[in-house]
Amino acid sequence: MKKSLIWALAAIMLLSVALAGCNSNSDGGDGDKSKEQTLIFGRGGDSVGLDPATVTDGESFKVIKNVYDTLVEYGEQDTNVNPALAEEWDVAEDGLTYTFTLREGVKFHNGEDFNAEAVVKNFERWMTSGDSGKFAYYASMFGGFKGDEGHVIKSVEAKDDYTVEFKLNRPQAPFLKNLAMTPFSIAAPGEFDKIETEPVGTGPFKFVDWKRNDRITLEKNEEYWKEGLPKLDKVIFRAIPDNSNRLNALKTGEIHLMDGVNPSDVAEIDENADLKTFFRPSMNVGYLGFNTQMEPFNDKKVRQALNHAVDKEALIKAFYEGQAEPAKNPMPPVIDGYNDDVEAYPFDLEKAKQLLAEAGYPDGFKTELWAMPVPRPYMPDGKKAAEAIAANFAKIGVDAEIVSYEWGTYLEKAQKGEAPMFLLGWTGDNGDADNFLYTLLDKDTIDSNNYSRFANDELHEILVKAQSTPDKEKRAELYKEAQVILHEEAPWVPLVHSKPALAGLKTVEGFQPHPTGSDKLTNVSLK
Amino acid sequence: MFAYTIRRILMLVPVLIGMSLIVFFLIRAIPGDPAQIILGQQASKEAVAQLRDTLGLDEPWYVQYFIYMKDLLTGDLGNSIRTHAPISEEIWPYFAATLELSLFAMFIAVVIGVNAGIISAWFQNSWFDYVAMLLALIGVSMPIFWLGLMEQWAFAVEFRWFPTSGRESILNPVDSITNLYIIDTIIQGRFDQLQTVLRHLTLPGLALATIPMAIIARMTRSSMLEVMRSDYIRTARAKGLRMFWVVYKHSLKNAFIPVLTVIGLQMGLLLGGAILTETIFSWPGIGRYIYDAIGFRDYPVIQSGILVVALVFVTINLLVDLLYAAIDPRIKYQ
Repeated sequence: MKKSLIWALAAIMLLSVALAGCNSNSDGGDGDKSKEQTLIFGRGGDSVGLDPATVTDGESFKVIKNVYDTLVEYGEQDTNVNPALAEEWDVAEDGLTYTFTLREGVKFHNGEDFNAEAVVKNFERWMTSGDSGKFAYYASMFGGFKGDEGHVIKSVEAKDDYTVEFKLNRPQAPFLKNLAMTPFSIAAPGEFDKIETEPVGTGPFKFVDWKRNDRITLEKNEEYWKEGLPKLDKVIFRAIPDNSNRLNALKTGEIHLMDGVNPSDVAEIDENADLKTFFRPSMNVGYLGFNTQMEPFNDKKVRQALNHAVDKEALIKAFYEGQAEPAKNPMPPVIDGYNDDVEAYPFDLEKAKQLLAEAGYPDGFKTELWAMPVPRPYMPDGKKAAEAIAANFAKIGVDAEIVSYEWGTYLEKAQKGEAPMFLLGWTGDNGDADNFLYTLLDKDTIDSNNYSRFANDELHEILVKAQSTPDKEKRAELYKEAQVILHEEAPWVPLVHSKPALAGLKTVEGFQPHPTGSDKLTNVSLK
Repeated sequence: MFAYTIRRILMLVPVLIGMSLIVFFLIRAIPGDPAQIILGQQASKEAVAQLRDTLGLDEPWYVQYFIYMKDLLTGDLGNSIRTHAPISEEIWPYFAATLELSLFAMFIAVVIGVNAGIISAWFQNSWFDYVAMLLALIGVSMPIFWLGLMEQWAFAVEFRWFPTSGRESILNPVDSITNLYIIDTIIQGRFDQLQTVLRHLTLPGLALATIPMAIIARMTRSSMLEVMRSDYIRTARAKGLRMFWVVYKHSLKNAFIPVLTVIGLQMGLLLGGAILTETIFSWPGIGRYIYDAIGFRDYPVIQSGILVVALVFVTINLLVDLLYAAIDPRIKYQ
């Protein structure tokens, strides 16, 4: 009995192997057999959750952005604010009242009506929770929760079915830009309990199912409010962790689009007749930070000296394959308020030596340079970049030992100020200067994102003033001023603004990568 | 035999408790705060503190361990910090994916490895012996990561015989019942799907099978050589029995005990150690599940995931020990 069972099992296995071997169709991929337009998007990791307000990671937002809409939305490839669920809006003179007129006739995927009540319920869910561990983005963009001292939104009220009025406690210049962020997508109020795993929004695609660590399937929302859109019938987000593996899957047509292309693979993709590359407009900065509270980096001259000792062009050529531009400010040029008049520190080792001598280190010093262990769009290979930078530092007598930790450890230690010099970067959330300069370099954000632990009162005053200056021109002037201070004080060596590469089959049409890093696939189709 | 089995099972308890303690402390010894990692670089300090509180990470370690053990005893593996889902529900699909891949790989390894070992011993010092043992030596020392990528490049990208990654055709997905797709497709009579499932299994299965195959071949060969020199084999041959039966029946049975040990150990290793293969071929298995959890400092998943793998490992070892007696009547447990 037992034996016959074993034999039967063995026979099944053998048959299986035989079957697997004799495959007839030559297309190694999964071959598109249906006439439906299904697009498979390959990415490096799975989503964490699908409730827009509770997640913080890019992989989650990529899917969420296609299931939900926001009141206002960013332009195709910029972060200007355009109508979406709100058709128009009116801002009071004092910047304290925003009145939105909502689009009529929009329905959530479950059939619920989208109206003013739904908007109020979404905001109330976030505002009144008081749980900054759960609604982290809300707390950080709108200054905490109802009752907190810094809370921006005083009240959200439905004036009638399709009019919502926001009253603010204090003017917030980037208020509309914040509303366009994916975390503030409007979800169906009846489904709040379920949307973490079964999202229900008004967006171009409806959620179908989710196989953890593998894929998320969405299908066309036939009643989408944008006439004739979306073009695709189905979108599947598939997690393929390894970059070269993902590219292999693209070459065989198992996926149609992928992000996270190694810069070194771009040339090969361009030569392949079936593939094409896309570049995401840059909204990031990769930098080398100094711990400004630690000797010798508490001396401005030392920081300036090292600014002269980094050859950015060489870095870009070697590690970004040219898909980046050298940075001179802590924020990228696409952002309002960018100061193009700032003159970059030229690569000049003599000048660097001279500045070091003035600072009292004619023979240089010994220190550590921390290198990121993981590739990020703004830093495809932290360790190699660190080696190249350290080689130039050695020429001026600065002996920098390269140190690296696992990513979680790296961030924690660097945040605590344990790193004398470190590589890091930032991708903007909402395309606003505040999200770079205040978030990364204000004295308020030490122990958070100000890894340089840079504290400057003059800068602080400017940045806080800019936060509540609604006038666009005046605000831009303030940020330009801030960049002059930052250039002079040099808490960082701003390295690059990179244009992360994506790749797709030639049959993919209408795909325009968005600078925020998550793309709405509404206009995409397959030839 | 029964008493022995019970005793062995009871002995697993301290092993597993020790295991859980080690894992519990090791993962807490790595710096990196789960709350900070979940919330990302953007998060404020208050947010992190609040989440730590929600997750119970501020409790002293012994309280955390005690709560964990108490939950374990009621069969509750805890909830994932990242996905909030109960691990006992979440873990099975991953485990099944790994189990299917490991069994498939082990099947290839045993069929090819054992036969190669036998033939090498039978025709010792023949060209077959030399070639097979050279290949086995290469196999043992082969970096799986490299082999997997080469396989993928050659058979998936260049020749397009097999898909590069995944478990099934995404456009024609399997309705999972047991999550073991070979069985699921057979139950449902979906032989078209069975074929795609097998094609997806082939490349990762081969990559994973390489090392055990080589080890099994070498072990079988040396074990067979020893047995074939013994008196009873000489007698059998003198009696005029056909060589095939002498080798496959009389010798193999006695030579198989050490091979079985190796198979058991390798199977355990495959189940826990398929991380590299799972990463290259995007196989949604338990290795990747735990590996990802480490990146996110998802303590409950790491603890419970490793515990499950450890449990399977020791269980397989126990089964192997019990199998000895079934194969060789001279072995008796008391």
